[in-house]
Amino acid sequence: MKDMHAISVTVNGRAHELVVEARRTLADMLRHDLGYTGTHLGCEHGICGACTVILDDQPVRACLVFGVQADGAEVRTVEGLADGEQLSDLQQAFSDHHALQCGFCTPGFLMLAEAYLAESPGTAGTEEQVRELVAANLCRCTGYQGIIEAIVATARARKKR
Amino acid sequence: MSGWIGAAVPRKEDRRLLLGRGRFTGDLTRPGLLHAAFVRSPHAHARVGKIDGTAASQAPGVAHLFTAASLGYPCLHAMLERDEFVPTPMPVLAGDRVRFVGEPVAVVVADDAYRAEDAAELVEVDWDPQPAVASIEAASAAGAPRLHEEAGGNRLVDLLMFDDDRLPQIFAAAKATLSATFRSARVAALPLEGRACLAEWDDRDDQLVMYVSTQVPHQVRSGVAQALNMPERSIRVIAPDVGGGFGLKCVVGREEVAVAAAALRLRRPVRWTEDRQENLTAAFHGHEQRYQVTAAFDAEGRILGLDAEIDCDTGAYSAFPFTCAVEPLMAATELPGVYKVPAYRARGRAVATNKAPAAPYRGVSRPQIVMVMERLMEKAAATLRLDPLQVRRANLIGRDDFPYTGVNKITYDEGSYLESLDLAERRVAEQAWPAERDRCRQQGQRAGIGYACFSERTAYGTPAMSQRRMRMTPGYDTALVRMDPTGEVIVTTGTCGHGQGHETTFAQIVADRLGVHPDQVRLRQGDTDLASYGWGTWGSRSVVIGGGAAGRAAGILAGQLRKIAASQLEASPADIELAEGMARVRGDDTAAIAIPELARLAHFQAHRLAEDLRYALEARATFDPPGTFSNACHAAMVVIDPGTCAIRLHRYLVVEDCGVVINPVVVDGQVRGGVTQGAAAALLERVCFDAEGQPASATLMDYLAPTAAEMCAVDIVHLQTPSKFSETGAKGMGEGGTIGAPAAVLGAINDALSDTDVRFDHIPVLPHELSAALSQAGAPA
Repeated sequence: MKDMHAISVTVNGRAHELVVEARRTLADMLRHDLGYTGTHLGCEHGICGACTVILDDQPVRACLVFGVQADGAEVRTVEGLADGEQLSDLQQAFSDHHALQCGFCTPGFLMLAEAYLAESPGTAGTEEQVRELVAANLCRCTGYQGIIEAIVATARARKKR
Repeated sequence: MSGWIGAAVPRKEDRRLLLGRGRFTGDLTRPGLLHAAFVRSPHAHARVGKIDGTAASQAPGVAHLFTAASLGYPCLHAMLERDEFVPTPMPVLAGDRVRFVGEPVAVVVADDAYRAEDAAELVEVDWDPQPAVASIEAASAAGAPRLHEEAGGNRLVDLLMFDDDRLPQIFAAAKATLSATFRSARVAALPLEGRACLAEWDDRDDQLVMYVSTQVPHQVRSGVAQALNMPERSIRVIAPDVGGGFGLKCVVGREEVAVAAAALRLRRPVRWTEDRQENLTAAFHGHEQRYQVTAAFDAEGRILGLDAEIDCDTGAYSAFPFTCAVEPLMAATELPGVYKVPAYRARGRAVATNKAPAAPYRGVSRPQIVMVMERLMEKAAATLRLDPLQVRRANLIGRDDFPYTGVNKITYDEGSYLESLDLAERRVAEQAWPAERDRCRQQGQRAGIGYACFSERTAYGTPAMSQRRMRMTPGYDTALVRMDPTGEVIVTTGTCGHGQGHETTFAQIVADRLGVHPDQVRLRQGDTDLASYGWGTWGSRSVVIGGGAAGRAAGILAGQLRKIAASQLEASPADIELAEGMARVRGDDTAAIAIPELARLAHFQAHRLAEDLRYALEARATFDPPGTFSNACHAAMVVIDPGTCAIRLHRYLVVEDCGVVINPVVVDGQVRGGVTQGAAAALLERVCFDAEGQPASATLMDYLAPTAAEMCAVDIVHLQTPSKFSETGAKGMGEGGTIGAPAAVLGAINDALSDTDVRFDHIPVLPHELSAALSQAGAPA
């Protein structure tokens, strides 16, 4: 009775072939079928943004996308940010600016910021712009100040590069 | 001491969380894992007839369906040993009656989470709806339907905590006597990770192993053991990474017990992950209170007497283990706060309603009592034509008053109540807030500045907790500190950090005592088999109590190391100092031995040591303090949009004193996050029900949590008045942000309305209320 689909998807540069039920969300597929549990689910109705991943260069809420929709696509998750064991500049900035506490929402903010920084590489990343960006997602621990500072600092450092 | 306490040590927790390698309960899987889905009541109050699970049981992938009857009617019993307390056992699954929308009556377990939910929808229940009560007023009205037959007037607790027969005369004779009613809305703690658990039977250890997203692993163990009538040793509760709690996870959920029971019956692993709708409707809420207050002041603004009738909407049941008394008892005991109140009467009630049960939410009643006291100071100032900050100063407990024992019989340890207010006022002036407010006003925008002075009682040990007379009285915690043969240190604790950075701060405390680097200290927490019985993380207790116990144990271990070093260096232990990984003889640069060498000797060459130094490099210690008060002064500035009446937080300042700061980065993070929650309680957050008890805020589109767009930067200044009641001089500080912010923001809103007669005595203040009040008063927005 299950409506199953065979798909192929690239996650963090690695090709996967699998069979998913039509109703299975991209988030559940990543977490439970492929083992990328770094992507977290905070609301499953598209508000909190904890499940944000990058789908073909766009940040999306993986709870609002079906797994089958990622057929043939490239997905980046939080597990794909670091260079091996070396934190990326953005990840390091999150630690430096105390941008996380419990860490549950953190992967979503990282992927949101990563897509933003990639989309506009020369951006000044003003506090105001980044505050507006960050308002897309919810964090219940930090009050957002550290998250904003971390993204602004990364934008500035990348601009100088 | 090597000076790690006070250093901005980077958090040990960050790396795994940033790499996406945190391990949260919902990430765990097992071969043959089953998934649980609950069948929940659509009615706020109903008799439950036949539950027909035939179709559900035959649905694809379903392993089993459990009801209250098939589980043998287990309950969670939250008990207070007071005559005035009406126990309300919370059934793990409701039997013949449901008392709120979302109350579970059955649980389906299936091989897939989607299929479990499908099957839960197939369960047919005969509901016989009954009249419901959805507010304090409705529940207290004459002839109101009762939730629990034993509880007349739906009062689960009704305690006259303090009384003073001089009050009528004081109120009659005073220069100013004010009466007012204050209210706060019901809120949801809303950790980004909802509740979750995975339970599996382990035949080898003869144990049920439970992974639970909890703040209190030992209390989950006790709750499950009591509900399912098992010895505690046959249950092991592990809290892996926990995605926030804020009080929601310091109580035991019935779903956790149901999953445990299902795993026991089926001898298969079962996992449940709460979804956000369940979290917003069927988990725990808190914070819904009403204060009917009368206060008298003299001509100089000194408070002469205070009378408070306090009602807390506690929902349908007492939560385990704290009971429904947690809010009214806290409120009635601590209302006077930082002010010298000479005569006091307070009555606290917990009122049952057909809504989800209340649990302690970050701050527990302190956000409300601070709002009440600060509003009283502002009202008295207005009546007496005095400066509201001067009225506060006339009443604040001063430096010379400590230790101060109040009319509420609480002894306050030393703080900086006046100093923090002075400093806040000065900084606000230096940063030209008043000028900015005036500029806004000239441009036709309402703007206002508000203050809140308060203290936060933290680290309640059993001396304080026993006053409540809970059957399970929390307070102490125990740490074990061990050094391994390579000189690395393992600390176990019964506290259970979930974002507070305990792996880092505990390591700083222990590293200083042992003269090692914090990188060499590993904290093990959240495991009932590893740690001695402890009370988890809530009530701003962990660094003071858990960290205090770890510091004490590390001190004992340091004594052992000194003795071993002394025996090798032919010196007196008193002359050995431990620092930077070395044991050195004080004043002798040549006599030193590396700490790992001492560890190697103790483990591998034990026979070379004197008998009392052999075998174990470990020490255990318990800490059970009376409690300590941190304090702060908050200042907030709001600007109101003239078109929409949207109230925007524009500036925020916190001058806080939590004694010795263990890690300033962690403290600032707690303050900022707390302020965000507290400001949102004043501006946004409200769990809504209709009069029949139907929830109207079941998604994050209806329940508004603050985003970055609603927040402004929070400026923080630290004062440090060390506590004598704390092992490290540190005071707890996890809740202060949430406690002070509602009053400061409400004060700012009222200041913005100072040219009108409109004032608000409740939170949150919503734009449509503000707009209606202004138009009714004939004032411009």
